[in-house]
Amino acid sequence: MTQTDTGPGAPAEADARLKLSAAAGYADVPLAEKERLFDEVRADPRFGDYLYGCYECGICVAVCPSARFYDFSPRRIAQAAAREDAELVYQQMVEDIWECSQCFSCVRCPRGNNPGGLVTIMREVAINNGLASAKEALVGYSRIIYKIMSTGTQVSPDMLQEDAFPDWGPETADVSVNLDLWRRALPPETLHTTNTGWKVADSTLIELYLIWLHTGALDMIADVDPSLHAILTEVMEERLEEEGIEI
Amino acid sequence: MTTIPVEEVLRKKQTFERGDEDRRSLIDPRAELLALEAEGELVVQRIDREAVSVATKYGREKRIQKAHLWHHKSCGQCGHIPGYSTSIFWVMRKLGYDYHDPQDQTSCTAWNYYASATSNSAAQAAVAVRNFAAARETGYFPLIHCGTSYGHYKEVREELIRHPELRDEVRKIMARLGKELVLPEEIVHYSEWFYAMRHEIAAKAVRDVSGVVATVHPACHYYKLVEGDAIYDPDIYGGQRTAVVTGLAQALGAEVRSYSTWFDCCGFGFRHILVQRDFTRSFATLRKIEVMKAEADPDVVLTHDTGCVTTLDKSQFAAQAHQRNVGVAVLSDAQFAALAMGAHPYKVCQLHWHSADYRPLLEKMGIDHEQAWAEFQADIKRLENGEKRYLDWDDVDA
Ligand code: SF4
Ligand code: SF4
Repeated sequence: MTQTDTGPGAPAEADARLKLSAAAGYADVPLAEKERLFDEVRADPRFGDYLYGCYECGICVAVCPSARFYDFSPRRIAQAAAREDAELVYQQMVEDIWECSQCFSCVRCPRGNNPGGLVTIMREVAINNGLASAKEALVGYSRIIYKIMSTGTQVSPDMLQEDAFPDWGPETADVSVNLDLWRRALPPETLHTTNTGWKVADSTLIELYLIWLHTGALDMIADVDPSLHAILTEVMEERLEEEGIEI
Repeated sequence: MTTIPVEEVLRKKQTFERGDEDRRSLIDPRAELLALEAEGELVVQRIDREAVSVATKYGREKRIQKAHLWHHKSCGQCGHIPGYSTSIFWVMRKLGYDYHDPQDQTSCTAWNYYASATSNSAAQAAVAVRNFAAARETGYFPLIHCGTSYGHYKEVREELIRHPELRDEVRKIMARLGKELVLPEEIVHYSEWFYAMRHEIAAKAVRDVSGVVATVHPACHYYKLVEGDAIYDPDIYGGQRTAVVTGLAQALGAEVRSYSTWFDCCGFGFRHILVQRDFTRSFATLRKIEVMKAEADPDVVLTHDTGCVTTLDKSQFAAQAHQRNVGVAVLSDAQFAALAMGAHPYKVCQLHWHSADYRPLLEKMGIDHEQAWAEFQADIKRLENGEKRYLDWDDVDA
């Protein structure tokens, strides 16, 4: 590694392989911090299941939808991790990982790698550490996290609003105008809901809240979206208190 | 024409061996689960009714229970494409197989996980196991509606098999919920059930679909995630692509045509469909729909997952505004099978929730969609004037 820690304000004379931080649009951090983040990625128990080195064959790139439309490459993801290049892994965590479609076409890798899985781990580390890229990625996404964590279903019929999906054609407006009637016309009894995908039992929801609280999943968003974290914590704690459940 | 050496390929697959180092999808997850159960590590819910045997990618036999199934619903299907879920139930009812549609079920939450990473392995595994434990409590065997739930649960199963510390953590959480660490003997996707039952379904078909040309989009999370567990059949694509969807469409008599970008994903992207839809629209139309139109000119695109139906169906509207070569109906295999079996296009298949024009397809299937819409509207009137609060199964078959 020839890359040195330039620090904020220092002239960028970075490794030619890396984008300058000015152009990359994120503030540089000391190398030790990049290594700490990479260590977190490596510490995930799945890391060893997802990476076995890399032939540099590019098969993953050929099948990757995101590589087709973005400056993104699963080969680079696998190689940076395999070479233990903390600089490059950091750059990917702030620039690249949110472009992946998580389709897992890249698991046809002849080496047995799972670059998409590496991206999943890197995203988790980015969220846990409140990286700017993670905050940015969640802009416009908070209502979805609220929905899944608080109701147990991720998308609901009442999300189908014309202003949210103007590119989906006039049928979206038809659905939202007729929503209540069209839901009541569905023969399965569980589907008469409008604000959840189906009717989730109260006792089920309480079990779900306990899972979010006991696994630390809820606290993952404390840094990236403090207000959402506060709202969800209140919703869950209140509900559990009503049930007389101690956390 | 080249002949595919099917026997040779299958022989190689059956003796496919990987070194200890290579931990790609387990060759026999069922055997691993039973071994862990014997050690007291977890509980395996058994298939306890009549089952159909099918072959998976590397030759392992997988059994699909026919009846008494616990429907693990999909939030995207129930929320945005409700005719998808309704068709699955309707076909099962028509074939006379009992099932349970639970309220004690959450989403797998994997759509959010793949989109935002605001969760972790333990939480994801606990959500999966909670649902499986809930299924076992009812005595019904789980059937997974969503391709992503199916793929994700298979990943969770692999993680639980490989990592004892994860099992410990999940067992502790389950104990707080008064549940055990339960996994089913097989993780089964509804499209596998439709494939396994395709001859029974075809025997009940009342509409002729032999004039219908279909293209199939196989769902990534069905056959790419934990690839060894997906169904393959030497008679379908020479065993080189998954046999679900195509096997069903062919059994019903439709003509399935190939196209060059079949391996490409649909462009859903999890986060992209919600907050970066420019990518989704471009990919779905340029890499999938336009290629299918140019190379196969289908009447319908058939697929078997929530995200794929949504993406391929909804992405066409904007492209149409630019006079692109798009405009083809997108249906799930379940909706197509239900239509062939005589289901009502609106009361059962709920096609009014779809965007791409499905009417030419209905005409090809001999369905008078104007009359069908009038029938549906008459039912809606009954709800409006308070004659009924909800429609039920008797209404849709009236
Ligand atoms: S999972 Fe991500 S990296 Fe892999 S092929 Fe899909 S978009 Fe590309
Ligand atoms: S397919 Fe695998 S071995 Fe080939 S470049 Fe991609 S990660 Fe490396």
